[in-house]
Amino acid sequence: MAEEEEESELSDKHKVEIAKWFLLNSPPGEIKYVAKDVKSILNNDDLYNEAASEAFPIYNKSHSISLQMANRSGDVLVTSFGELEGNAFLEPRTAQVAIVDHVKQVCTDVRPATDEELASAYVEEFRCNMDVEVLKYVEEAYPKGVCSVYCINGKDVESPGSNFELAVVISAARHSPQNFCNGSWSSVWNIEFKYDQQEVEVKGKMQVGAHYFEEGNVQLDAKHECKDTILFQAPEECAVAITSIIRHHETEYFASLEASYLNLSDSTFKVTPVMSSAFLHSKLRMWYFCEDLRRKLPVTRTLFPWNNTLQFSLTRDISKELGIGK
Amino acid sequence: MEAAMGLMRRIPPKHTETALSALLSLMPNHSSDLLAQVDQPLQVLCDVECGKEFILCEYNRDADSYRSPWSNIYHPPLEDGSLPSLRLRELEVEANDIFAIYRDQYYEGGISSVYMWEDDNEGFVACFLIKKDGSKTGQGRRGYLEEGAWDAIHVIEVGPEDENNNYRLTSTVMLSLTTDNESSGTFSLSGSIRRQACSIRISSQFMNNMNMRLSVADGHLSNMGKMIEEMESKLRNSLDQVYFGKTREMVCTLRPPSEVSQMRMPES
Repeated sequence: MAEEEEESELSDKHKVEIAKWFLLNSPPGEIKYVAKDVKSILNNDDLYNEAASEAFPIYNKSHSISLQMANRSGDVLVTSFGELEGNAFLEPRTAQVAIVDHVKQVCTDVRPATDEELASAYVEEFRCNMDVEVLKYVEEAYPKGVCSVYCINGKDVESPGSNFELAVVISAARHSPQNFCNGSWSSVWNIEFKYDQQEVEVKGKMQVGAHYFEEGNVQLDAKHECKDTILFQAPEECAVAITSIIRHHETEYFASLEASYLNLSDSTFKVTPVMSSAFLHSKLRMWYFCEDLRRKLPVTRTLFPWNNTLQFSLTRDISKELGIGK
Repeated sequence: MEAAMGLMRRIPPKHTETALSALLSLMPNHSSDLLAQVDQPLQVLCDVECGKEFILCEYNRDADSYRSPWSNIYHPPLEDGSLPSLRLRELEVEANDIFAIYRDQYYEGGISSVYMWEDDNEGFVACFLIKKDGSKTGQGRRGYLEEGAWDAIHVIEVGPEDENNNYRLTSTVMLSLTTDNESSGTFSLSGSIRRQACSIRISSQFMNNMNMRLSVADGHLSNMGKMIEEMESKLRNSLDQVYFGKTREMVCTLRPPSEVSQMRMPES
């Protein structure tokens, strides 16, 4: 049959591409499960290894996964900001470099960072203050949160006068496969210290994903970006002000997510005066969640009269005869 | 096959089509299994005879053509495409008419199609399909959704006509909705669930609460219709309350609402 011809036509390169696509589209925390299935479908270890070696690093970085460091001195975030040559990732808080096995998703070795890999004392003061403030906030807000502050531009700036840029990465993941549920949060804040303009520009990208798969497959995928500016100040003041911006935007965003869950219901409901109690309000609005797609009850507000469908045929025939049908 | 179904359980539902075509090219030997077991978003074609749209699926496909339930004609034209028997075609026509009214009452728009065919053991199979576009540009009456799609596939196997034959329903609902606004960014939920139900057709005096038994006197259409209506309501509820609720719970677990974290703070 034609099917067999197609099989031989599919090149190895194409197979690797498909395998990579599956791996990269894995929900939060599930790439290993996806990998197992992809491996068994490919049935070719060389092709699988090629796909995995390319896909895992991309997935790990885009999901900002956190790994326990081999010397148990804390966690390292796998992010493009901390990436060094040869699967090494900088952990600026402890000034260490973690060597990572992407496919196994473990840290295999740790070494102290070299001076060249770290920021100058001047920039480090900003970075370190930022790190202290953000860490306080993350520990407060995210039960499983991990954060890191990197210098991504101008790490050799020695004294006031030049611009430099920090990046804050916050990542929180919850994996509970036994409850068929996984989720992850990540936010990246780019912080540009513009000396010439005496201001600091803060740009945030927030992303949240959740997957529930008990006898089904339902996924949430939400993203948001925002921007803010503050005055260029001393390291401690900057750190406090920027962290409060981050806290503010992230709190607002979580509130807006909650609102989205409620608001995906009948918007006309908001003007109904009967709903006074806030609790009742949200409870009832949840019912209207999918109303725009399929109503909970027919327009007639009663179940469909299946026993009486003959009536429809009659009405239709009459309408046809009278010429009032559609 | 098990691995393929495992993947389909994890890949985001909005990528179902891409995932299926990827699997088909990796596993050509399993193509019929894959096409039968993986539900994909429904496609629509316009019946050139009557100008009405109909839904495409595996069950009205012959070669590369699809049979319209309105004119019974294959699109693109196919000379000897398989057709249901005259008797079954009569039931199919009636089912399409009634199901369109049902669809309109629940969906306020959308497209529906019903296909029937004889199976190997003297019974028949009926497939009821509904596709609704609830987006701003589609038929979303409230204009709240940037993108909103609901696809329902109900396949009912009807046993041969004797005293105690039964109906076996397999239903899938695929749903996706996206809202997009400046203050809260893009928010997208997509999902797919599949459930099965059986019911036994017996005369009405034996009806009881244990099984959803459907009386034979009511006839096939109302029996099947009731099953589908009950199933659709159940699936809609599960998606709305359970499945979306679980993802919302997950978001709250990642970052507990502020009252909770403030209460916890003294401990830590």
